[in-house]
Amino acid sequence: MTILAQKKQLVIPGELVAKGEYDPDLNVYKDGENIYSTMIGLFEYQGSRISVVPLKHCYFPFVDDIIIGRITDVGMSGWSVDINSPYSAMLPVTEFGARQNYPRKRETTQSLRVGDLVKAKIIAFDRSRDPLLSARDRELGKITGGRMIKITPSKIPRLIGKEGSMINLLKKESACSLSVGQNGIVLVTCNSPKNEEVVVELIKMIEHEAHTQGLTDRVSEVINRKLRGV
Amino acid sequence: MYKLVKPDPSKNLINDKGLRSDGRRPDELRSIKLQVGVLDNADGSAYIEQGKNKIIAGVYGPREIHPKHLIISDRAAIRCRYRMAPFSTDERKHPAPSRREVEISKVIREALEPSVLSEYYPRTVIDIFIEALQCDGGTRCASIVAASLALADAGIPLKELVSSCSVGKVKGHVIVDLYDLEDKYGEADLPIALMPNHNLVTLIQMDGKLSKEEFDKAFNMALEGCRKIRNLQNDALKRKYKLESDTENSKDSKEEVK
Repeated sequence: MTILAQKKQLVIPGELVAKGEYDPDLNVYKDGENIYSTMIGLFEYQGSRISVVPLKHCYFPFVDDIIIGRITDVGMSGWSVDINSPYSAMLPVTEFGARQNYPRKRETTQSLRVGDLVKAKIIAFDRSRDPLLSARDRELGKITGGRMIKITPSKIPRLIGKEGSMINLLKKESACSLSVGQNGIVLVTCNSPKNEEVVVELIKMIEHEAHTQGLTDRVSEVINRKLRGV
Repeated sequence: MYKLVKPDPSKNLINDKGLRSDGRRPDELRSIKLQVGVLDNADGSAYIEQGKNKIIAGVYGPREIHPKHLIISDRAAIRCRYRMAPFSTDERKHPAPSRREVEISKVIREALEPSVLSEYYPRTVIDIFIEALQCDGGTRCASIVAASLALADAGIPLKELVSSCSVGKVKGHVIVDLYDLEDKYGEADLPIALMPNHNLVTLIQMDGKLSKEEFDKAFNMALEGCRKIRNLQNDALKRKYKLESDTENSKDSKEEVK
């Protein structure tokens, strides 16, 4: 029972990170007694759970994730959506537009066209079928304005923070509306262009320094300097 | 620049002192330079210089597979293309894919496949592209070393990196990491790829003849060479990602100065 790496230590594929009765969690695998990393990432453990937070990876869909995607194709019964992952998703017409109070248009192109952005929820996905989306919820649906930023999907939890602390801090201080897709796409909508710049900068900063200590303090420092003019 | 070695293979490949025609000892590898993340447009990339070999590898994926009939329903398909630049050899190589390139593409793919946890991404594809810019023997081994690093750089889950090294025989001496001349005029050539943690040989080919004793000796020398190369690979990978965190630190300190 030994752990051979420190928390937040950089590990690479095939690096031995622990020996003994531990539970391999994300991005590690167990071979007999030994637990190895499978990714370039930062080592983490909690109790007996060993995991590696990757520095770079592609988004793997999970049911109930809220994502932001782009329409790539319009069909008779729905849309194909690029969700920044190896799998392209399907948004059926029946799962779109419930909140519109006028009768649904007959042509699918009239509500969403190729290139439009949608915020949607993954309602079904397994290894044998492409993800199925739904946009029938209050905050979901077509995106009409704002600025889109792409970050590594593995950094999304850091951007949200513990119980949303980081994202709420950003929202409160900048008076911007932020919507975060689990697939690494963030939408920023602001009234003031200046605040928008600052928020974009902060998101990039959080992505870059996700693994460092005291990030929240540094973020509030930048907010103080740039938004409040202190 | 190129020093012309006279094609007098029987005499010059190994001298009285036991040194090879390029001055190396029999168990000495060529100098290796590895660099990870050299391309912006590929998801992952790596560059290797091994003696006069210069090879670049780029990886895309996992991504959607086209054409669709290549889908494997329980894991990611892996495609690999090894290509030699027309200017990579002393006589211009015709740019059309040759039989040799097709063969090397296949053996490289098969050498890397056991290391990739392809079952994590069913119905997708991982594309590996290898361009040999300058060739001087042992390019399939160098390609495997670079491609494995590129896979790791692309964020593809791997059991471990694959290391590779060739051994052979010239004038009755078993030698490691053959270069072009030794490959052409030597008596045997034996490229090997290895996953050192698992003790798994993922590539072994041989041309020429070796006795059983020579084979055993050569094989062990190759394993030793692979382990050395593995350490270089680890360093190269860590160097790249350490560098990123270092530049962040220096950026932080600059901000403080302001």
